[in-house]
Amino acid sequence: MSEKEKAGCPVLEVFRLGIDFGGLTAVDDFNMVIHASEIAGLIGPNGAGKTTVFNLLTKVYQPTRGKILLDGKDTSGMNTIQVNKAGIARTFQNIRLFDKLSVEDNVKIGLHNHTKYGMWSGIFRLPKYWSEEKRIHNEALELLSIFDMQDLANATAGSLPYGAQRRLEIVRALATEPKLLLLDEPAAGMNPSETAELMENIRKIRDKFQIAVLLIEHDMSLVMGICENIAVLNFGKIIAQGNPSQIQSNPQVIEAYLGKKKEV
Amino acid sequence: MKKISESTRSSFINYSIILVFFLVFQCLLSMGKLSSSFSGQLIPICAYIVMALSLNLVVGISGELSLGHAGFMSVGAFSGVVVATSLQGTVEASPLRLLIAMVMGALIAALAGTIIGIPVLRLRGDYLAIVTLAFGEIIKNVLNCLYVGVDNHGLHFSMKDANAMGMEADGTVIINGPMGALGIQKLSTFVSGILLVFVVLFVIQNLVNSRSGRAVQAIRDNRIAAESCGLNITKYKLMAFVTSAAMAGAAGALYALNYSTVVPKKFDFNTSILILVFVVLGGIGNLRGSIIAAAVLTVLPEMLRQFQDYRMLVYAIVLILIMICTNNQKAKEILAKFGSVFSRKKVAEEDK
Repeated sequence: MSEKEKAGCPVLEVFRLGIDFGGLTAVDDFNMVIHASEIAGLIGPNGAGKTTVFNLLTKVYQPTRGKILLDGKDTSGMNTIQVNKAGIARTFQNIRLFDKLSVEDNVKIGLHNHTKYGMWSGIFRLPKYWSEEKRIHNEALELLSIFDMQDLANATAGSLPYGAQRRLEIVRALATEPKLLLLDEPAAGMNPSETAELMENIRKIRDKFQIAVLLIEHDMSLVMGICENIAVLNFGKIIAQGNPSQIQSNPQVIEAYLGKKKEV
Repeated sequence: MKKISESTRSSFINYSIILVFFLVFQCLLSMGKLSSSFSGQLIPICAYIVMALSLNLVVGISGELSLGHAGFMSVGAFSGVVVATSLQGTVEASPLRLLIAMVMGALIAALAGTIIGIPVLRLRGDYLAIVTLAFGEIIKNVLNCLYVGVDNHGLHFSMKDANAMGMEADGTVIINGPMGALGIQKLSTFVSGILLVFVVLFVIQNLVNSRSGRAVQAIRDNRIAAESCGLNITKYKLMAFVTSAAMAGAAGALYALNYSTVVPKKFDFNTSILILVFVVLGGIGNLRGSIIAAAVLTVLPEMLRQFQDYRMLVYAIVLILIMICTNNQKAKEILAKFGSVFSRKKVAEEDK
């Protein structure tokens, strides 16, 4: 593929993705295209299969059907680790931090594959160890400063308040230098002002790192506020796709989802 | 850089504890103030400290339960003895021979660790505990029927009996099946034991505070998140496991070369559990605790000889008391009141 074609090709293309758990079809015929530097949203009622889509994209589950192209490259046959190296990073709905490690070390784990020294340099503290540790220390603090968390660098990750843990997960995912960032309910448990701040920060991240973002969220103010493209999932199938105003006026969506809620 | 200086300080405290321990007992030893039963315990103490530290790397840092750590010790012990005895003619200096024996013991134990680790560490849950337990027993039984001898033509092996090795008349039997290794030349010294403890402590502490060690701890804390950060789970689990096995092998060689005979039965399930007890009572993941627990609990049975028949009963009571004192909030508060800086800091850390 030439450079020119590559520049035009979307970060993520998903064709007819599906997975069955025994007799249950959790996700079926899922199609999606995400372009570079786009913020996309995935919404739907509880149990619609949103997190399953994330798990399929990151190969926590191997899809039963369909194809995922990342930057034009087929990811079938890859495992979670390879998918991360290929450029997808994620956060989790129920926070998964390295609780006993410090905040800084959590970020350094994200930087792991970009830290270039081996076990022996580590044990014998060779010059490579010092230069690389110094570099990733600064890099980790810089990443933490996106969320103004550099002062918490030495705190134990498990002791952070809930909101800070969510933010740390995003920083850790960013540290792996992804092309596509998957955020699973980033605003869960946050108050309106925190959510507004998060919204700003997601935009800031997109602009600064030039990455695409796909987020699952129940907070409609966040989704409608920042997503340029939204897919609505119900019972494992996409029922609507489009920009926020299209989604808001879609009768099927209103019936399945928004219709049950008061005007947000 | 506060975090780094904190871990460095903790490392230096550990080094100084070992150094003080060494200086005190070396002085007592040279003044002849130590009873022979106690001075005979010094090398086993060093070996058990190394065992506890290395097991802590698996149990505390890597978060996997290994119940066959004595198996690696025995692999190291017997290969160390074979190496030391067969080099008797060629390498004159005994410290060098001990060094070669420990390195070979470590390498062969690391090989054993790799062979077990590759299939088992890919699995999840308690499989490692079960397989390591079985491994310990298998090693013990294999060594029970292993015969090794050396003559002018080199090493001879047999799984049947000593005669089946087909050695020349002037050959020496090194390992004689269930009777174990006989006629070992005592090479281990207190100094070499302390040096080994230093090396092991150095390796573990530096490893934990490096890229690989962070990865091992991250995998322990959350496997799924570690995978999604692109960490190779099997690689880092195997690295911790094999490093630990190698250290246990070196400790085994040190231990075996302190006695004139060593039997395979010495390294059975009870020994594995004993080492696990050191780790658990010292605090899982707490290196300093492992050092202190291993040292204290190794000499304790000797010191309890005055209780005669009730010796093991008192030993058990002491274990229970330690457990209560280190895990009970009230007891910790009382300890903190007595507290030196060290114990106060520890309580504060655990409260977090």
